[in-house]
Amino acid sequence: MLTIKNLHARIEEKEILRGLSLDIKPGEVHAIMGPNGSGKSTLASVLAGREDYEVTDGTISFNNEDLLEMSPEDRARKGLFLAFQYPVEIPGVSNANFLKTAVNEIRKSRGQEAMDSKDFLAMMKEKMKLVEMDKAMTQRSVNEGFSGGEKKRNEVFQMAMLEPSLCVLDETDSGLDIDALRIVANGVNALRDKNRSFVVITHYQRLLDYIVPDVVHVLYKGRIVKTGTKELALELEEKGYDWIKEEVESAAI
Amino acid sequence: MSTVTNYTRTFEDFSGTGLSNDFMPVRKEAFKRFSAKGFPTTKDEEWKYTNIAAVAAGEFRPTESTNTVSLAAIDPFLLAGTSIHRLVFINGNYVEALSNVKALPAGVIFGKLSENRTHSAVKKHLAAIAGKSSGAMVDLNTAFIAEGAFVFVPANVCIDEPVHLLFVNDTTAHPTMVSPRNLFVAETGAKVQIIESFHSIGTVNHGFTNAVTEVVTEKNALLDLTKVQLENSAAYHIGFTAARQHSQSEFHITTITLDGAIVRNNLNILLAEEHCTAYLYGLYCVNGNQLVDNHSLVDHAVPNCQSNELYKGIIDEKGQGVFNGKIFVRKDAQKTNAYQSNKNILLSDDASMNTKPQLEIFADDVKCSHGTTTGQLDEEALFYLRSRGIGEDNAKAFLNTAFAGDVIQKIAFEPLRDRLMEMMQKKLKRQSL
Repeated sequence: MLTIKNLHARIEEKEILRGLSLDIKPGEVHAIMGPNGSGKSTLASVLAGREDYEVTDGTISFNNEDLLEMSPEDRARKGLFLAFQYPVEIPGVSNANFLKTAVNEIRKSRGQEAMDSKDFLAMMKEKMKLVEMDKAMTQRSVNEGFSGGEKKRNEVFQMAMLEPSLCVLDETDSGLDIDALRIVANGVNALRDKNRSFVVITHYQRLLDYIVPDVVHVLYKGRIVKTGTKELALELEEKGYDWIKEEVESAAI
Repeated sequence: MSTVTNYTRTFEDFSGTGLSNDFMPVRKEAFKRFSAKGFPTTKDEEWKYTNIAAVAAGEFRPTESTNTVSLAAIDPFLLAGTSIHRLVFINGNYVEALSNVKALPAGVIFGKLSENRTHSAVKKHLAAIAGKSSGAMVDLNTAFIAEGAFVFVPANVCIDEPVHLLFVNDTTAHPTMVSPRNLFVAETGAKVQIIESFHSIGTVNHGFTNAVTEVVTEKNALLDLTKVQLENSAAYHIGFTAARQHSQSEFHITTITLDGAIVRNNLNILLAEEHCTAYLYGLYCVNGNQLVDNHSLVDHAVPNCQSNELYKGIIDEKGQGVFNGKIFVRKDAQKTNAYQSNKNILLSDDASMNTKPQLEIFADDVKCSHGTTTGQLDEEALFYLRSRGIGEDNAKAFLNTAFAGDVIQKIAFEPLRDRLMEMMQKKLKRQSL
């Protein structure tokens, strides 16, 4: 589904990703962990098409198409979804109106007819349950005045509505208390199926207790330096990142 | 000294109406003042960014011809689906066949000013609210006083539906000058909503609208005015709205500018007695080579009044925006609450905005604030919308609509609100209106 080869990316003059490679198959959940500054959020931004980042080398193929050639909206229309670490507040635009436009633009790009209001409302009602959202939240302006937990729930709600094939979760656990974390993780788990893949970017192992990954990668200095099973995440939780750093540094000598 | 020669001849040739005759001494004096001052130039601090040399040099003249305009021609200007009272003025002249005035509560006057020239309120207030010290452009309007709308709501009468005044400048035959003069009076406890909309027909010649509206709100009255500027890209529009508020009255004014070559909206509000409230809202969407200038002045002359001002602008292409917001709090005007905010978005590198809040506070126990921002579209929000599959143009329209929409949302009358939302969206897509 997603194949990243030798990805190099920089912001302004600073190179952050330095030869990252990754291969994700349909239905798989890959966790990407790593210390601060290792390039986790840069990876999420490059995948979603944020223009501040410049890809200087490497390729990203998404369902056998060149992802790097696509605009952010085209990536979304082809089935990529980024759950933001810091969801943006948009005063004056209601959640429901925004989502209806998004759903219908995606449908249009796939040659499907626009959803009418009745079907759309029914769909919203169903998906709201996944993240225990109430109707009032959908009528408010996008993320405006939402608590940290509400913002992350709203991200997962949008994910449920847009039905992507590849979901990238950028530090979705940051700033969440344990109850909010459980709600968000339950929402994500309900969306897991054999065709939908996930990239779960996180600093802490805690989230992976709830969203159990198939593969765990460690990102350090812009490259994947270690890949393992969910036990690797537990080991990182216990021992921290220093031993990984040491391994990498000694291998470099 | 500006060129006023063209206008001197025009003034001498002007016959006007019975009202013009009644006001002959006032008009002559006004023209004398205008001739002495000339047209404002960019050397004048109040007109620093707004160059109206084209108006001064133009051969604009009034016209009595109205028969060129059919009901079908003004149909796009009407609020579809409503049958509210309306007065239609073509080139400044009232046209009964195009107007629609139904039965009104006793004592309410919704008609042409010339017909009501002996009314005590006209005698008392006309050229007194916007008077000798209101500047050269008001003097020029006063010199050409002939016609306009007179809205009079007697004590304790409340009119539920708004009344609509349409001013259409038809420049097909020659460059026309129109000088509408309106007077709105809400007596004690009266309530009324008024819509003033300005339109034009023809782009071969330029049009020059020099409008003055005088507003009086007596004790406890509420007057809600929406001014909509829709004259086309060949139009020069200079408007002056002056209000005098008496105790505990409310005045709401929303000034929406969506079109025109050069538009200057002046708004002066005098809070003359205690416990008055004024709400000033404004929205301007500017593109092409347009210039839109909003100058406001709220004069807190007495204690315990409140004013609340919010103007927003979206400026695209080579458009220019100007905002100047004066608030005077006089020495005795303690317990004044005065708030002002001007927010702008520039959508292109060539767009410009000059904004100047000007608070002059002479009392010490007041709450006053002002703020102004001019920036680009929020890139983070834009990326967020696009990352959900919404195309770039649509995403921008979403953000612009959200930004400007809250000014339109202040308008109470739903059909007008919906219409303006629709027109604003067209404007933001650079479509003709």
